[in-house]
Amino acid sequence: MSKAVYINSIGSVSVQKTFDNSEFLDQITPYNDTVASVIDPDYKAYIPPAQARRMAKSIKMSTVSSQTALQEAGIANVDAIIVGTGLGCIGDSEKFVGDIIDNNEQFLTPTRFIQSSHNTVAGQIALGIGCKGYNFTYVHSAVSFESTLIDAKMQLENDEAKNILVGGVDEMVKHHVDSHRLISHIKSEPADSSNLLKSNTKGSVMGEGSHFFVLSNEKQASTYGELVGVECYNTIAREDLTKKIVSFLNENQTSITAVDLIILGNNGDVDFDGYYDDLCSGIFIDTPQAYYKHLSAEFDTASGFAFWLSAKVLKTQTIPDVIKLNQLKASKLQTILIYNQYRGENHSLVLLRKC
Amino acid sequence: MSKGVAITGMGIISAIGNNVPENFHSLVSSKAGISKISHIDTIHANEIMVGEIKTTNSEFEAQLQLEENSYSRSPLLGIIAANEAIAKAGITNINDYKTGLISSTTVGGMDKSEQYFYEFFNSKNHWQHINGLHAGDSTKKIAEAIGLQESFVTTISTACSSAANAIMLGARMIKSGRLDRVVVGGTDALSKFTINGFKTLMILSDTYNTPFDENRKGLNLGEAAAFLVLESENIVASENREVLAYVKGYGNSNDAFHQTASSENGDGAVLAMEKALKVAGLKPEDIDYVNAHGTATPNNDLSEGRAMLRIFGEGKVPDFSSTKAYTGHTLAAAGGVEAVYSVLALQNNRIYPNLNLKKHMKEFDLRPQTKVIEKEIKHVLSNSFGFGGNCSTLIISKEA
Repeated sequence: MSKAVYINSIGSVSVQKTFDNSEFLDQITPYNDTVASVIDPDYKAYIPPAQARRMAKSIKMSTVSSQTALQEAGIANVDAIIVGTGLGCIGDSEKFVGDIIDNNEQFLTPTRFIQSSHNTVAGQIALGIGCKGYNFTYVHSAVSFESTLIDAKMQLENDEAKNILVGGVDEMVKHHVDSHRLISHIKSEPADSSNLLKSNTKGSVMGEGSHFFVLSNEKQASTYGELVGVECYNTIAREDLTKKIVSFLNENQTSITAVDLIILGNNGDVDFDGYYDDLCSGIFIDTPQAYYKHLSAEFDTASGFAFWLSAKVLKTQTIPDVIKLNQLKASKLQTILIYNQYRGENHSLVLLRKC
Repeated sequence: MSKGVAITGMGIISAIGNNVPENFHSLVSSKAGISKISHIDTIHANEIMVGEIKTTNSEFEAQLQLEENSYSRSPLLGIIAANEAIAKAGITNINDYKTGLISSTTVGGMDKSEQYFYEFFNSKNHWQHINGLHAGDSTKKIAEAIGLQESFVTTISTACSSAANAIMLGARMIKSGRLDRVVVGGTDALSKFTINGFKTLMILSDTYNTPFDENRKGLNLGEAAAFLVLESENIVASENREVLAYVKGYGNSNDAFHQTASSENGDGAVLAMEKALKVAGLKPEDIDYVNAHGTATPNNDLSEGRAMLRIFGEGKVPDFSSTKAYTGHTLAAAGGVEAVYSVLALQNNRIYPNLNLKKHMKEFDLRPQTKVIEKEIKHVLSNSFGFGGNCSTLIISKEA
């Protein structure tokens, strides 16, 4: 008999003020831009300043969000650390490449190279808390974070671990933004966050953030909800999406009508938001709908923000107005489905339930 | 729950051969693939040796019917190896069972990103490589090449233990029933990025790398891709598959000691080997051959040697060797390359020599095997360790 998997704590550093777990989107920071940076917590409260200076932003953000999650779960260590990141400490990678070219492969120092290894964040967290357990890093675009959920869920269900720290992190840096704007993956025209889905332009607003969670097979007072199911698909043709979602729900012994809230990954990209529009006007027309990328902006692990959001909704039993896509009232907030894709690829479905 | 995780196909491309038979032939003929670098224009060309695959990108692209300069090198190598693995398994329709792809890489498309880093902004000629910097992009291209759709596809990057972890995850997904079949492995091409990075760490040898030698000077970087096809007992039975070997055990731990160096006594390595033995239900004395990580850096070989002594006991370490002297250190791909070599060791009852050994290390009495040996081999243990404290061990066996 496989064990249930609970979300026992959360931690977030994002484009919104989310680092304080006692708040829930009480104040929204709007933007009118093609990029959006995180609202920095007081890093000094978590990291000695001398260390922080050399630290990549991903590590800093993740130190705060992982410590927040560990603290809320009331544990000092975990059995496993599993991190998802599309690009790792890309800032250091880019600086190292720039230095190689600018200095013709001379006068280089190792720090940037070391930090550019994709598993740096997972390694640093392990080092910080002295965790010798299972340590993994997934680096697969928009399903990097969901890969961590699948991995952790398998271990917890089979009782191979009791507490697992999972998370997703990505940082935003200039060369990456500039180069991806060339190929229209990032918008050329500023988009207003309050009107993102009507921008009618190609690409998304690039952001960054770090979201960590303690998943456990034991429920406790701090528990937000249960992670019921998670699945990733490298491709889904637009016309097959509905069928795929129905079969995912069936495999998890639930149905369309049982979903109390659907959280969608619309990012205002005129070329790819159609996947979401189909669902809003199709199978989920009678379901309360929400979106979040106008708050989090887009990055490989932005769906970590959706997971954070779902946990908050389940615990507080409220849906903030700012995330509502339609005006349907939820009669109860028991079951939440998250659907995300990026540029028509790397689709993911995550099912959560109140417990 | 499927208990046995069968390996039904494998493919490899490395500095010692473009396919499985070529690699095996080089291994048993003590033919190393270490040379001066020819494909990358680097000022360090005269100070380093590498495990380079001599086929050019253009030749690969012609072979795969791709447009010239459309892919970076990691996905090209990955496609070659994955195709060989799938053909060997006898799979004609990759989507006929619930199949996944778990690849791994450290550099991804870095070879092209570094080449066009500034040029992207002056000309649109090479914009096809912008998105290649994403590690997952190489995996996506492999998935496309093998025709995998609506499936679980992911990428692992845990530095030099990446492909071992891809194999481990794949085995776990089959055991848990999440997948019926999974293609697992890794790919990494040489790049200026890694050459210069390892150079700054001062762990590159200027000559042929010498694993477990007292005077070892460091590693030679290499490039490779290697993939295995793992299938459930169900598929093996219903498709009447020839099973090459089984993934019997796996263990993953973190050394939690230093971002790049291994702890003196190999704590992480010991934990990984212990876990793998436990999962396999084997005792240390059941292991017939250890394919060591053996990178030939002063730190790794000492730490790994001590860890082996802790696991197996003084005087009881089984036959072991590192094959890094053949291929160089192929980073993310290394665990995949060495898993293929482990299967070949089981199939042929051969142990490969640890090349270039002149003087035994003074810290302990450990003697790597230096000749090709023929003996019955039932269980092979293969280690992979990496930056970030990542330690992984696989046990590959003849029987489930």
